[in-house]
Amino acid sequence: MKKAGLLATFLTGALFAAPAFAADLKIGLAEDPDMLDPAQSRTFVGRIVYTAMCDKLVDVTPNLEIVPQLATEWAWSDGDKVLTMKLRPGVKFHDGTAMDAEAVVATIKRNQTMPESRRKSEVASIASVEATGPLEVKFTLKQPDATLLAQLSDRAGMIVSPKAAAELGANFSSKPVCAGPFEFVERVQQDRIVLKKFADYWNKDNIHFDKVTYLPIVDATVRLANLRAGDLDMIERMSPTDAAVVKKDAKLGLAQVVNLGFLSIYVNVGHGPRADTPMGKDKRVRQAFSLAIDREALNQIVYEGTAPAGNQPVAPTSPWYNAKIPVPARDVAKAKALLKAAGHDRLEIEMLVSNSPIVVQMMEAVQAMVAEAGFDVKLKTMEFATLLNEETAGNFQMARTDWSGRVDPDGNIHQFVTCKGGLNEVKYCNPKVDELLNAARASVDLKVRKEKYDAAAAILDDDLPYIYLAHQSWLWGFDKKVTGFVPSPDGMIRLTGMAKAN
Amino acid sequence: MYAFIARRLLLAIPTLLIISLFVFSLQKLLPGDPVLVMAGEERDPAVIEALREKYHLNDPVPMQYLAWLGNALQGDLGISLRTNQPVLSLIAEKLPVTLQLAVMSMTFALLLGIPMGILAAVKKNTAIDYLASVLALSGLSVPNFWLGIMLILLVSVQLGWLPASGYQPFFVDPLLSLKTMLMPSFVLGNALAASMMRHTRSSMIGVLSSDYIRTARAKGLAERSVILSHALRNAVLPIVTLSALLFGELLAGAVLTEQIFTIPGFGKLIVDAVFTRDYAVVQGVVLCTAFGFITMNLIADVLYVLLNPRMRASL
Repeated sequence: MKKAGLLATFLTGALFAAPAFAADLKIGLAEDPDMLDPAQSRTFVGRIVYTAMCDKLVDVTPNLEIVPQLATEWAWSDGDKVLTMKLRPGVKFHDGTAMDAEAVVATIKRNQTMPESRRKSEVASIASVEATGPLEVKFTLKQPDATLLAQLSDRAGMIVSPKAAAELGANFSSKPVCAGPFEFVERVQQDRIVLKKFADYWNKDNIHFDKVTYLPIVDATVRLANLRAGDLDMIERMSPTDAAVVKKDAKLGLAQVVNLGFLSIYVNVGHGPRADTPMGKDKRVRQAFSLAIDREALNQIVYEGTAPAGNQPVAPTSPWYNAKIPVPARDVAKAKALLKAAGHDRLEIEMLVSNSPIVVQMMEAVQAMVAEAGFDVKLKTMEFATLLNEETAGNFQMARTDWSGRVDPDGNIHQFVTCKGGLNEVKYCNPKVDELLNAARASVDLKVRKEKYDAAAAILDDDLPYIYLAHQSWLWGFDKKVTGFVPSPDGMIRLTGMAKAN
Repeated sequence: MYAFIARRLLLAIPTLLIISLFVFSLQKLLPGDPVLVMAGEERDPAVIEALREKYHLNDPVPMQYLAWLGNALQGDLGISLRTNQPVLSLIAEKLPVTLQLAVMSMTFALLLGIPMGILAAVKKNTAIDYLASVLALSGLSVPNFWLGIMLILLVSVQLGWLPASGYQPFFVDPLLSLKTMLMPSFVLGNALAASMMRHTRSSMIGVLSSDYIRTARAKGLAERSVILSHALRNAVLPIVTLSALLFGELLAGAVLTEQIFTIPGFGKLIVDAVFTRDYAVVQGVVLCTAFGFITMNLIADVLYVLLNPRMRASL
């Protein structure tokens, strides 16, 4: 009788128990982040860790809509030169201090003035920031800046504890204190970053892990092996060639989404004497080159179908893509005709390529494709740091370079093509494009902005200072016990709502 | 003996100076600019300028070297450009990891290489000798990265016996620490064991044909005693030197092995530092490695003298 009672208790327990969740999550990162200070850090991978540790004023949805996080609502006024934000009440930093308007002001000023800050250009449009109430902040801008909200949805908008920032100064990364769902525990360089659940997090009911460990494992094969061996629960930035292995494994799941960045070829059109080539001087030659490339074949052969073809700084899946200029199909005859019209039968050109195997493989395919149209491309492979140096010095004819992408389209276009753009290494300059892109930046009306970007895209598609090739996908592999992960084009792993079954 | 050690240590100073100058110049000859890499994708000109100022990269190169040397002599090896951590603390953090890997690999190499070498020499030109030679040749020929990945796939993914990668400090969890280090030290020690085996074999064959061994046998000593007490002691002398030299190979191999098994040691540190042009870290790690190499050679020389009384006269 006693036994039967015990059994019944067990059975009832098993039937009515809530699903058991495992407390720990282990995530394999493709690189080791740099400094864990939102004001100083520069790596993409660091942002993945921040997503768990540092809440931002606003967040972005997978559809790139700006949604509340630490700020609950906001409004533009005074000809779009004033942005007023209301903050979420009752939010605390990991050190127990209150996240309020003063903290937001202190963080923005830190980003603007700290000598080591790498956020200066992102918050450059802010003339002043003041607390207009305990939970209300007013940003006054030098000129209207539609990109500001997107900037505040990233590192520039991560609010840090003013107390910790004052105590640690530039050494904040030794013990970062933010207002996110997880707080910092320890970091061993190149080995692990450990975070634990923050008990006072404002949205703690949706956090289902007690501890998160990030393990940087550079080699994609080893990262995948760790996932398959059960040593990791999730891995980010999988190699496209590994996607098939994950699909075949019944225990594993694959998540995939086209990212915000682009894969492109820079054409030196005006940077020093090396721009003085038919490729740099005659847009017909660039058009011929672009037409000779079969972008869809590159996607299928090199990227296993994970890098859809592209021809603009934003992917065809983006709401900012100009659908009137679709990705061109390969047309060797037309390419040859254009080259002939420019006065050449065959043309020799040198292209710098970073020494990553997949990039080299892709460019060897491009080399073979354009050869049929009359281009003899010499690929010069070098490691990334050297490539960057050559580009900045203008020491290139063509160079294969990627951009990780930004939430706001401005981040993918403005700095690359405006005459004084900080990343305009090809030194393209067209006053009309400058005018359109500056106007797009100054309006918060999405319709107006779209028109301006569409017009700029049409000019750039004709001038071709950059030959866009494709848009890569972020690929995540995860143990199927992990649920609730929503892939987002920004590549982040948002732990809110995620869980792991026992 | 102490005078000999002191003399050798003094000689290490100019060697280290030359190495530091050499590494410093080589790094400056590399085309990449650390600041461009550090400034992030945006490469904000103001940030670039501030970073150059902060790390004195605008100073003339000889000045940069002298400033570094001055600080180094006071025990300050600089700050990592990438992570803002002092280089000395990075080294202190990584050194035990690589040392554990090195010691385990060396132990593995010695335990496998020397007995195999002895056996092959004693059973010269028999099936055992041939088998040992084939094993040694395979050990030398199989690339580290291939063997590493194959082992991970077999032992961790298929069989689930050992963790695929990572590191656990020995004093935190000794069992897990040994488990995580087992595959890497096998991969790294494997090639060393092979060359140990080859050298022990040839050295042993030479010694076994000498007169005093014939005398020992003629006296009626047991074969076991002839080999282990008489022959091995002389045969092992070149192995001691070899072990010190192999230590360099070990550190070079550790670079790749640590990369495959994601062990946060010296090798991984220097690879990342070279790619990000983290000058101070590269400089610090190379110096530290060079010092380790010099020390290992000194230890080998001392051992040599201890093992071979004839050498004492030459001190």
